[in-house]
Order: sequence, then C-alpha cells, then structure tokens
Amino acid sequence: MSIDFLYPEFEVVRNMDRCITCRVCERQCANEVHAYNERLDKMVSDESKCVNCQRCVSLCPTRALKIVKSDCKLRENANWQNDGIREIYKQANSGGVLLSSMGNPKELPVYWDRMLINASQVTNPSIDPLREPMETRVFLGKKNVKPERDESGNLICKVPPQLELDLPVMFSAMSYGSISYNAHASLARAATEMGTYYNTGEGGLHEDFYQYGPNTIVQVASGRFGVHEEYLAAGAAIEIKIGQGAKPGIGGHLPGSKIVGDVSRTRMIPEGSDAISPAPHHDIYSIEDLRQLVYSLKEATEYKKPVIVKVAAVHNIAAIASGIARSGADIIAIDGIRGGTGAAPTRIRDNVGIPIELALAAVDQRLRDERIRNNVSLVVGGSIRSAADIVKAIALGADACYIATGALLALGCHLCRTCQTGKCNWGIATQRPELVKRLNPDIGSRRLINLLTAWKHEIKEMMGGMGINSIEALRGNRLMLRGVGLTEKELEILGISHAGE
Amino acid sequence: MSKGVHFVTGKLWRDECLCFFYFQNGKGESKMKKEGQVRIPSGCAIAAVISTEGKKISGGLVAEAMRPMHDRSNGLGGGFAGYGIYPDYKEFYALHMFFDERATRKDCEAFLKERFEVVHAEVIPTRKIPAITDEPIIWRYFVAPLQSKVAAMQVEEEEYVVRAVTRINTEMNGAYVFSSGKNMGTFKAVGFPEDVGIFYRLEEYEGYSWTAHGRYPTNTPGWWGGAHPFTLLDFSIVHNGEISSYDANRRYIEMFGYKCNLQTDTEVITYILDYLIRVQHLTLEEAASVIAAPFWSTIDRKTDLNDKEKHIYLRTLYPSLLITGPFSIVMGFNGGLMALNDRLKLRSMVVGEKDDKVFIASEEAAIRTMEPDAENIWAPSGGEPVVVRLKEGVQI
Repeated sequence: MSIDFLYPEFEVVRNMDRCITCRVCERQCANEVHAYNERLDKMVSDESKCVNCQRCVSLCPTRALKIVKSDCKLRENANWQNDGIREIYKQANSGGVLLSSMGNPKELPVYWDRMLINASQVTNPSIDPLREPMETRVFLGKKNVKPERDESGNLICKVPPQLELDLPVMFSAMSYGSISYNAHASLARAATEMGTYYNTGEGGLHEDFYQYGPNTIVQVASGRFGVHEEYLAAGAAIEIKIGQGAKPGIGGHLPGSKIVGDVSRTRMIPEGSDAISPAPHHDIYSIEDLRQLVYSLKEATEYKKPVIVKVAAVHNIAAIASGIARSGADIIAIDGIRGGTGAAPTRIRDNVGIPIELALAAVDQRLRDERIRNNVSLVVGGSIRSAADIVKAIALGADACYIATGALLALGCHLCRTCQTGKCNWGIATQRPELVKRLNPDIGSRRLINLLTAWKHEIKEMMGGMGINSIEALRGNRLMLRGVGLTEKELEILGISHAGE
Repeated sequence: MSKGVHFVTGKLWRDECLCFFYFQNGKGESKMKKEGQVRIPSGCAIAAVISTEGKKISGGLVAEAMRPMHDRSNGLGGGFAGYGIYPDYKEFYALHMFFDERATRKDCEAFLKERFEVVHAEVIPTRKIPAITDEPIIWRYFVAPLQSKVAAMQVEEEEYVVRAVTRINTEMNGAYVFSSGKNMGTFKAVGFPEDVGIFYRLEEYEGYSWTAHGRYPTNTPGWWGGAHPFTLLDFSIVHNGEISSYDANRRYIEMFGYKCNLQTDTEVITYILDYLIRVQHLTLEEAASVIAAPFWSTIDRKTDLNDKEKHIYLRTLYPSLLITGPFSIVMGFNGGLMALNDRLKLRSMVVGEKDDKVFIASEEAAIRTMEPDAENIWAPSGGEPVVVRLKEGVQI
C-alpha cells in the first residue's frame, strides 16, 4: 500500500441472505464497483470506485444493498479534517488542481432557513387558493417606459420585449455536453408544458430542440460555442453568461472525451477537442464593452428578444448590477455561491463568491436607491431548494428564480457530486449512450412537471396565507419576512426585521 | 367663506400650553413607537357624498353619517376632507398643519416664507370637547409658490408644492402638513369621527363634496398625523382595509421620490394614485385597473381586443403597483370622487343616489343617515371603479 492510500470513503454493504446474484448492480454501475465472482458464486465489490450515487441501491430488487460512509478514518482533528488531508494527499500525488461537481457542500450559512414567512390573522383575511384566483404569472423585462397616447387619447400599448412565465421559476443553464440529450429533452418539454423556460447553457442548441424555441433561453458564453444567427433567433431570450456561482472568475472546461457526435456538431468544434471557455469574454473587458455586446445581440435579433446578463454573486455585486442595469440588458441573473456546476475547481467552488440571499437583497435595494429597479428584472439562482425558498426570494425582491440542481434531482440525480467523471449512472451528466438511455425523457419531463406543479401549489398556499393573490404583490414585500438568529448587520443587509419586532 | 374660518384671536396661549401636553404624550413617556416608526394595521369606516351640481353640503352631514358606524372605529382616529370649502382662497394651496410647539411653527413659517407667498395664516378653529384631548397646534396657511423659485427648480408648480410638503414631513421634526390642496381641506384627529367633526366645527363649512373616515387601528398611533384622510395636493384618500402588498408598493413608489413617513396603507395608496394620475397621466379608470387589476383569467377571456391589450399593457408595466388584500377607498379630488374596492371585494362598500347627490359608505346605514330616501343602492364589484364628477359646466 502506498503513502497515498486512504481507506475508501464508502463501504458497500451487501446482505448476502438477500442477494440473489441477479447482477443488476454490476450492469448498472458505470464505475465498476460490483462484479460477479464465478468461483465463489457471489457478488463482490470494489468500494474504492464507489461514488455513492445510490444507483445500485435503488435498483437492487431484493434491497440487499446499502452504501454507508466508512468509519475507517484518520485520527480526529478539528483543524485538519479528513477531507482536507485527503485533498493534500491527492495533490501531493498529482500536482493538479482539485475538481468537484455540483454546489458548495460546505457549512456556509443558508439564509433562506433563517427567514420566516408571514401569514394573515384577524386584521386581514387569508385567501384560499382552492376557492379564489391566485396568480403566479410574471413578466420579465424592462418596465421603464412612460405611457404614450395616440391622437384619440388611447394608450399606445407598446412595451419592451418581455418573457412571460406562468410561475416564477425557470430551469437554469446546463449545457448540452455537460448534461445529456435526454436531460435536455426533459427540461425543454417540461418548460413548454409549464409555461416557463429552460436554458441551453453554453453548448449550443441541438437541432432537435429548435421546436421548443419559444420556451428556450439561448446562452452566449465566453467560448461562443454553437452561437450563430439561427441559434439566436431560435430562443425566446438571449443570456450573456459572464459568470457562474460555482466558479466566479473562471471559464469552463468540457473535456474532449465528452465532445463526441452531436455534442461536437452542436458546439461547432471538432470531435475530441477540449471545449475551453475563456475566463472573461474577450470582447468584454469593461462595462461599456458589455453594452456593446448587449446591443449587438439586440441588433441581431431586431430588438424582439430580451437580453439577460448572468453574473456570479461576488463582493461588489450591487455596483456590478447597477452597471448592468444601465447597459441595456433587460434582465439580470445572479448566481450565488451555492450554485451547482458540472465541474469546477474545488477551491473556487468552495471559497469564491457570496450567498445569493445577501446578493439579492443588496442588489434589489441598490437598484431601488438608484431608481433603476424598473430598468431590469432580477432572476436569482444558486441553490433554490423549495417553494419556500422561492417565496422568500420573491419577497426579498427577485422577479423569478432559476433552478438547476433541484431539476436534476427530479430527474434522478442523487447528488454524488462526480459529474466531472462523465459516468453518471442516472443518465444525466454523461454522454455515454448506454447511460444516457437510462433517462427516459417521457418520465423525466413528467417528473419535472410534477415538481413545478407541486411548487406552484405550495407557492399559492403561502401567498394565500399572507392574503396576497398575485405574485406581483409579493415581489420586494420584505415586511412578509422576519429573520431568526441573525445579527443586526445581516438583518440590515437583508432589509428585514427580526422575528418578534 | 363660511363663518368658522374667520381669524380667531386670543388663541395663541394654546400654543404654549397644549404643546406641552402633546409633547409629553407623544414623545416623552414611553418607548412605544409612534406612527411612522412602526406599521399599524387598521380596520375602518368610510363615507362620502358629492353633489354633481356643485350644491353646498354642510360638513356636519357627513360627520353625522359616521355615527351609525361607530363600532367600525375605536376612537383612535377620525377625519374628513371637504371640497369647495375655501372659495375665497381657491387660487391658493391651503396647507393644514400640526405643530408640536410654537418654536417649530416659527421655524416652519420661515421655511414656508422662503418658498411661498403666504396670503393668509390662521389657527384652525376648534371646539374644546372632552372626547378630544392632547391636540397639537393646528394652523392653516393659504399660499402661492414663489414663481422665481419654481422656475429655478425647473419643475411644474404642483411638483414644487409636493416637494416642499414632503420635505417638511420628512425632515422637520414636530411639523406635519396634513392637507395641501386648493379649495379643499382635511380635518383629522385622534378620536371617534363624529367627535372629530364637532371638534373641528365641521358644520360651519360647506362644500360640494365630502369624504369621512373612522379608524380602528390595532395599535395606538400616538399622534394625529396618522389619522385619515391622507392627502397630497387635492388628492385625498380614505381607506378601509389592510393591504397585504404594502411593502411591495412602498418600496416601488419610494423610487419616485415619495417618502412613506407614516407607514400606513392610506399614505402609500395616495402616492400611488398621485404617481399614476399626475405623473404618468393615466386616467382614473386606468389607474384603477392598475391598483385593482382584473385577474389574468378575466383578461384572457376578454373579447374586446383593445381592452384586453390595454389591461395586459397596464399589468405588464405596473406590476408592483397592484394592491392586494382588502380595501375600500374613496379618493377625493377637485371636481369629483372615485370609489374602489379590492378585486376580491374583501371590504364592504355601497353606493346610493338621490337627486344630484351620490353617496358612498362602508354601510348602507351611513347613507340612510345622510339621505333617508336614497335610491339605487348597490354594491360595486371588486375592482370596479365608481367615478363621480361634477356635471359639465358646473363652476365652483
């Protein structure tokens, strides 16, 4: 055994009384943990390869399997914890940057859980969403036009281009390449059915999905993969991706092994070549350059489509958002530090950026202070986990939320956080055909629709409890929130009172 | 001019003496926050009457109308707005003001004189009654903006007045402008509305239109500014309800220079209507369609495509000015009234007519008090504005 050896993180516990040697686990595990030993006539495991994705556990017909965290650990040390030591061994061995997937797993404060929602009692009535209309429709886009009238005094009903959402939730950017064809198909169909939008991410739009264009946001990122005129024209809106919550300040890297077949064609790059997006857009070195790109895209689409600028939540986010609000962008999307990713350097994912709750509160207030909140709509993501998070985000001032990790969970993701290996057993973050086909888009889209439908019900219930029958009247309605266990400073930034006040 | 408005002499002593009580009561004794530092929900009673022919109606009539609705108030606020009550000064903005002490009044008068020509200033006559206590110093000023100042600021005259009023109410501790329109005035106090009517000698005023309010706050307001109506220029609002959209509305409207100092629904509704009508130049009906917007399901079903387009437009442009939660409001303005319910009609409001008069009230009993033979009594639907204007050609 080498100096680097560490006992595997997970143990595969197989109940031999239950195991019928059907070998389902073996066939299901792309990591090759399970194998059949003919001599012994039983299943054996190599737990060193296990990522705890729970695929074998879920599919074992006799419930013979469970995956548990290994209790074979180094001596306990509050400062030098197990993960930290493991990472040092890895880096001492490889000399490389550590890679991780999905959102920040560290114990950062989750402010959603420190805010509580109001309800009506006596002085005004709560409203029953089963008996009364309860509106969740939202328009995203600029609202800063002054009404004009024709000669006969009628209003000229022209507004800048808007995105119309039946509920204030959209699927956030995940590129074709980082996730599978079937995952994209599921997202596109669900968005269409639910009257909302999904986002292509930076990998272009597969030709099969142009039919979902009215419910598609097409992304333009620093690598400009798959960007061409028809692509821009296909979507309902265009998103300029400046940054991502999981990796602010750096670009993306999709390994050549994933650039195969349709992915290569959709991205318009050769098969097998690494798809590397630069850290900045090389035509945006300053805010005035952003304005030029915004207007280039508007020119290319005849001012018919709203332009979204997506940025990661970083320290100076309020000032950055203020700059974007004056750049001509119609919508600002902000992604918080807990946002997911298909692959990001671990140190960046875990240490760069700020929580979305604080970023949202600061941006919304700053735009109001500068009287330009009307110039843009605000969309926030970076770990929106439930209908309650959405209600709190809207009350803080968001127009809508982006969800991605939540959507992937609905598709079967078990959050094993190893997307970067491309061996997703659930058929989501992989391009291997035999894995991709495990995700059935009929079932996937149905599960996404179920999730959004359930959330919509919950949002309505909470709104009704507050006596609010339109989501518009919840937006920025911070009196509907109270903090618990927060400091004066945190309350000040969130712009809310403490519970009991 | 009605006889109550004559200059009242020998009242100056009240300044010093009563301000003492007010001061002690309002600020000195407890840690309880006064209105403006805390948001206080209220239930209420409202009533209004207008003569479409511009005939004179005594303020006493509408004060009496509040009596049968006594239980809708709890003695912590009552008030009235009368239109056409200052015909002799109809060209001038009538500023009604509360002061906590004489020095504040002097400071404020200096502030006013830098910005306005003050053509007349006087104590607002009141009647000492046991039911109304702790009154502040109450004055009125008839003023005209100094045109050179208006020109220098490069704003319209009305905006100039709004800014001056906002500045006093925001920055001048102890001074509060509670009425600022032309040929109209607001009278309000902490007390039951019928008592407030007696206190302000309302029967001595005559106007073509009146609105009235009785308040049921769930907290002690602490001072008189929180009573209703709430006014800005000639807009006055009386409101019954507790809106659930308050902070969404407040944070939006404050982007346009308004300051919600009182944290009351009525205040924010006044600013919203001022913004939509005076600044954005929407019609009353369009403004009503913004704040009590039809449901999307209703809009989607509309067959009149122009009407449908208009509603989609208004809801797209002003989503943050939608008001949810229960309300019934009557907005007074020079030349008319508008009554409006929230779109679910979560608060009662009825309308009745008789000859040239239209009556609006929370309860029919109030209408019957004003006019026992009122006809066509009906309850407007949620979100359906009732706009009553003076008949064409009627001069006030």
